Amino acid sequence: MSNIGIVQTQYYTIDEKIKFESGVEFSPITVAYETYGQLNEAKDNAILVIHALTGDAHAAGIKCQDDKKPGWWDALIGPDKTFDTNKYFVVCTNILGGCSGTTGPSSINPQTGKPYGITFPVFTIEDTIKVQKKVLDYLGIKSLYSVAGGSMGGMQAMQFAITYPDFVKSAILIATTSRLSPQAIAFNAVGRNSIISDPNWNNGDYYDKELKPDRGLSIARMVGHITYLCEEAMYNKFGRRLQNKEHYDFNFDIDFQVESYLQHQGQIFVDRFDANSYLYITKAVDYFDLETKYGSLENAFKNTKAKFLVISFDTDWLFPSSQAKEIVSTLMKLNKDVSYCEIKSPCGHDAFLLEYDVQSKIITSFLNNHIKGEING
Amino acid sequence: MDNHYTQSQGLHVNYSLISDIIENNSKVLDLGCGDGYLLKLLKDSKNIIGNGIEISQEQVISCLEKGLSVIQGDIDEGLRQFSDKSYDYVILNQTLQSACNPDYVMEEMLRVGKKCIVSFPNFAYWRIRFKFFITGNMPKSKVLPFEWYNTPNIHLLTIKDFFEYAKSRNIKILQGIYTTKATIKKGIQYSIFSNILAEEAIFIISSDK
Repeated sequence: MSNIGIVQTQYYTIDEKIKFESGVEFSPITVAYETYGQLNEAKDNAILVIHALTGDAHAAGIKCQDDKKPGWWDALIGPDKTFDTNKYFVVCTNILGGCSGTTGPSSINPQTGKPYGITFPVFTIEDTIKVQKKVLDYLGIKSLYSVAGGSMGGMQAMQFAITYPDFVKSAILIATTSRLSPQAIAFNAVGRNSIISDPNWNNGDYYDKELKPDRGLSIARMVGHITYLCEEAMYNKFGRRLQNKEHYDFNFDIDFQVESYLQHQGQIFVDRFDANSYLYITKAVDYFDLETKYGSLENAFKNTKAKFLVISFDTDWLFPSSQAKEIVSTLMKLNKDVSYCEIKSPCGHDAFLLEYDVQSKIITSFLNNHIKGEING
Repeated sequence: MDNHYTQSQGLHVNYSLISDIIENNSKVLDLGCGDGYLLKLLKDSKNIIGNGIEISQEQVISCLEKGLSVIQGDIDEGLRQFSDKSYDYVILNQTLQSACNPDYVMEEMLRVGKKCIVSFPNFAYWRIRFKFFITGNMPKSKVLPFEWYNTPNIHLLTIKDFFEYAKSRNIKILQGIYTTKATIKKGIQYSIFSNILAEEAIFIISSDK
């Protein structure tokens, strides 16, 4: 499927202190990033794609010759694809606080020689994009032709357009919200509680221990996965089918396929994700609330200069269409250039990583047309 | 500009008449903009700043492919996101008769638009009357090709109905354009002849406040 070929994750270290929203000044931060395509001479053909909660900088391509699993948005990134690497210079970074190359709680604190654990400062969505902006500056990018992201990536894209209005020419906000709903905070809270109440979490200090808070983290992931699906998706995927058996066992082992799926998702997650990172990143998402931060949504978007494309999915109940429409209404009120599409999908929130046909058509048209002739290179 | 037939509804729409009404550089909102044909035409020929609202996903994609800014939405839910008199023109082209709540849609468009352009097929057109009289079936035509059970045109009206409606809601009729295939007549007063002879009507209106 991938036609980008082998890509290598690169690293850039920001040595200067970055002031977080909490007031803490923090350094150094190493950021893992990947790029696809070439930056043009005018340095204005860059598109930043931003991953969701547990993603990484590996958005497209493969890591080695027999790599079976291409990057998380490989379907959309590559030559002649939606984010066409013949035209655009596509960049993806791993989020601040993450555990896939960017500095986070599992990184070594140079002052102590030990992992930060929960001494890592709590950060916000705006802090994460300030870090990304440093990487873009380092790469010599003069302006972003577009910034695109789904879910938490959409929040960051939105914040990018707000914090750097002159830098962002367009923003693609997919399956996202301008403030996390209490329902979504509630699910995150269950996830965090499950990690914190795992005795192996040990107040965040477990990196040199034999036993890690795997149980807590895997349950957090199971809860997360429920929110990424929807009733229809669950019926389609599992129904009430039993897992490798004909009849109920009348005990508390796994009976249903849906149970088995969630357990599997939980188990494979602990191999690639850090429990503390999960705490920090979900917290950043919980704090995301543009209305409170700027007094009103209108105030938040008031100075933006980007053209916006907002996409939601009709079965997404985590970040429902009603929340996308709030963003769209606000932008319309402010006379900003905005287009909106609600894609029909049986896949729930996960649709932004699954429903490529329609999504691709919409984004391709938007990118082709929105600032025709404005790429100089 | 020749007449254009929208594929989705088979309605005969004279876009050039609407285009003639609109001044250069106007700000235009097209409610139920379909595949964006009219907006694109206005953008190219009148340099308008245009937005469209369209309910169908496929049509929204067609608009985006034309480089238009379009919002997927249901105009029956109102235009809450738009402030009063924020557009020079709000267009409701061949859509009034398929709105669930035309009264509310009209109220909202008149609030948002300094002027509004409404077009609809005239159900009192003589051919329709004649067919209904002779066959006793719900009439069908090129403009109204659907069966009673699958038609999106659930609020059919006549030119006379529109005049009476405008009066009851204090809507000011700035211009009326009555078209058949061969002729175009204009007038701001109700005329029984137009109500019989015109296949379609286009009204330029504003709220009488």
